[in-house]
Amino acid sequence: MGLIELKDIRKTYFMGDIKLPVLKGITMSVEKGDMVALTGVSGSGKSTLMNILGCLDRPTSGEYWLDGEEISRLSNDGRADVRNRKIGFVFQNFNLLPRTSALENVIMPLGYTASHLSEKQMLERGKRMLERVGLADRMDHEPSRLSGGQQQRVAIARALVNNPSILFADEPTGNLDTKMSEEILRIFNEINSSEGVTIVLVTHEMDVANSAKRIVRLVDGEIASDAVIRK
Amino acid sequence: MKRFRVLKWALKSIARNPTRTFLTTLGIIIGIAAVIAVIEIGAGAQVSLENNFSEMGVNTIRVWPGPVTRSGINSGSGSWATLTVADTRAIIKECPKVTAISPQISVRGQIIYGNKNWRPFSISGGNEDFLEISSWKVEDGIPISAAHVARAAKVCLVGQTIVRELYDGANPVGKDLRIQNVVFKVIGVLKSRGANMMGMDMDDCVILPWTTMKARLKGAGQTSLSAVGTTTDTSTTTTTSASDVYTSGVSLYPQAYNTIPPVRFSNIDSMIMSVAHPDDIAETMEKVREVLRETHKLGDADDDFRIRSFAEFADMLKKQTESVANLLMCVAFISLLVGGIGIMNIMLVSVTERTREIGLRMAVGARARDILQQFLVESIVICILGGIIGIAAGHGLSVFMAAKMGWHTAISYFAICLSVGVSALVGVVFGYYPAWKAARLDPIEALRYE
Repeated sequence: MGLIELKDIRKTYFMGDIKLPVLKGITMSVEKGDMVALTGVSGSGKSTLMNILGCLDRPTSGEYWLDGEEISRLSNDGRADVRNRKIGFVFQNFNLLPRTSALENVIMPLGYTASHLSEKQMLERGKRMLERVGLADRMDHEPSRLSGGQQQRVAIARALVNNPSILFADEPTGNLDTKMSEEILRIFNEINSSEGVTIVLVTHEMDVANSAKRIVRLVDGEIASDAVIRK
Repeated sequence: MKRFRVLKWALKSIARNPTRTFLTTLGIIIGIAAVIAVIEIGAGAQVSLENNFSEMGVNTIRVWPGPVTRSGINSGSGSWATLTVADTRAIIKECPKVTAISPQISVRGQIIYGNKNWRPFSISGGNEDFLEISSWKVEDGIPISAAHVARAAKVCLVGQTIVRELYDGANPVGKDLRIQNVVFKVIGVLKSRGANMMGMDMDDCVILPWTTMKARLKGAGQTSLSAVGTTTDTSTTTTTSASDVYTSGVSLYPQAYNTIPPVRFSNIDSMIMSVAHPDDIAETMEKVREVLRETHKLGDADDDFRIRSFAEFADMLKKQTESVANLLMCVAFISLLVGGIGIMNIMLVSVTERTREIGLRMAVGARARDILQQFLVESIVICILGGIIGIAAGHGLSVFMAAKMGWHTAISYFAICLSVGVSALVGVVFGYYPAWKAARLDPIEALRYE
């Protein structure tokens, strides 16, 4: 059994009497250590799928097993807990806290469940994460004083601080230029290969998708193609 | 989540926007400052009112002889000299709350200096504590001392009216004064007190040692002769002489023995005592009554004395100042309420502004109650900070008032604790709705919020 097992996941939005099916029965699995790119044109349902995978949303029907745990029936608090323990998020618009140092941003998730850590241990871990993304010299900088690429690297450090088994990146390079994008993708690859963190990338750019090991293409809420491009 | 971490976050997010935080807390600051100032100035007013009371003689108790019925004729109160100096000693010994006690006796009569004469409203005799108990202050010269009392010295103190009428406003200290052809030396002038509550001129008085009065003046200590005065009831009493009672025109006894002499040397017209605190008056009055009944060996008989105090009047005045203070307090609490609504408003704005932050926090694993807690703690911290500044401002205001207007103020720790509690409560009450709104945001929509 893989890290992620999806069985006939459906998501339907109701707008009054009108049914709006967005996901029409997704069945797939993701192995531990994989790096998957979810692609598709906008409206294909890739963001919805990503929200369900990231435990931010619940499917209308179907089963979602994450790391041997059935997620789709969990309560809000239960999903919050899963997000904290197992999942890291990287967003297109970075979502860093303004007027808060890079280091503080990185350790922010620890405040919610890692109460066994002391303040010092938390800072220690945050520093290690920032070093890993190459920002050892920018720890005290606030987001406004960092470039887009640096901000995204802070966001990656924040996503990794809880040692998640899976990392979700929603258009992580959407706001970055080519050079910075390459840098970010290089970091993703490194995290994936050296630490075995499973990564799911949502993107509509084929360049970005090609840096993954496997590309899943969605069309109209269904998997149109699923191809392993490298091992 | 550790408590102090939440607190730290709250402080940090508050510090991110200091101007707004300050403006937000302004409502709380003003409200709390008003509460503190009102309480402190109110407490000060209470203190000065109590001081005024003691000047007015509110913390004093007076004892007069009671009505006595003799041969079927009730002569009204004060007609029988039942009180003695021994009673005063017994009282001061038995009642710990009584701080000082003085006998009081009076005469009426002309006073003469040079070619002028005058009939003062009262000529009173007391001991060395008399001035203090009845709140007289000596403006010039010296007060009556224990030595004066002990040797029945022919000295006296005069009020401002006497100075004006008898001495043409000149300083009378060292000059003489005659009462009933006894020459007294004026040793001091009393500070003016104006009219008393009945409209009587209190400065129209002469005060001497009671021993002098008993030993050297006629009619002193026979209450009957001092029918009207500040020292006795205003009820008129008639001379109790046998021939007045039996009006047959027959002289029962030679004139010299006609008057029934109910008077010993130690008989006094009344006594006046001071109590440390006005609150103790009722209790002390009861105690004095017990002591007097004991010393007078009354058994089952009615009291042969009357005890009076101004406590009721004092209570009334006190209640009045309290109701004014309560009214001001209501106004202060209304401003706190307005401040609280201001907090709620800003917290709602803050929740909207930080929607993406809330979404992010939820995405990294914050549960709804963590978000609720965070915003609630923020609003409580803002309110308590405002409360602390308000306490300082309010205390500053009351000190300023005290210095500028000459009002009395008293620091109130109760008010401080109350203010901190109230501001925390305002934080909870008005922070709850915005925090609840933040907590029920949907993380997906919150993350997408622009």
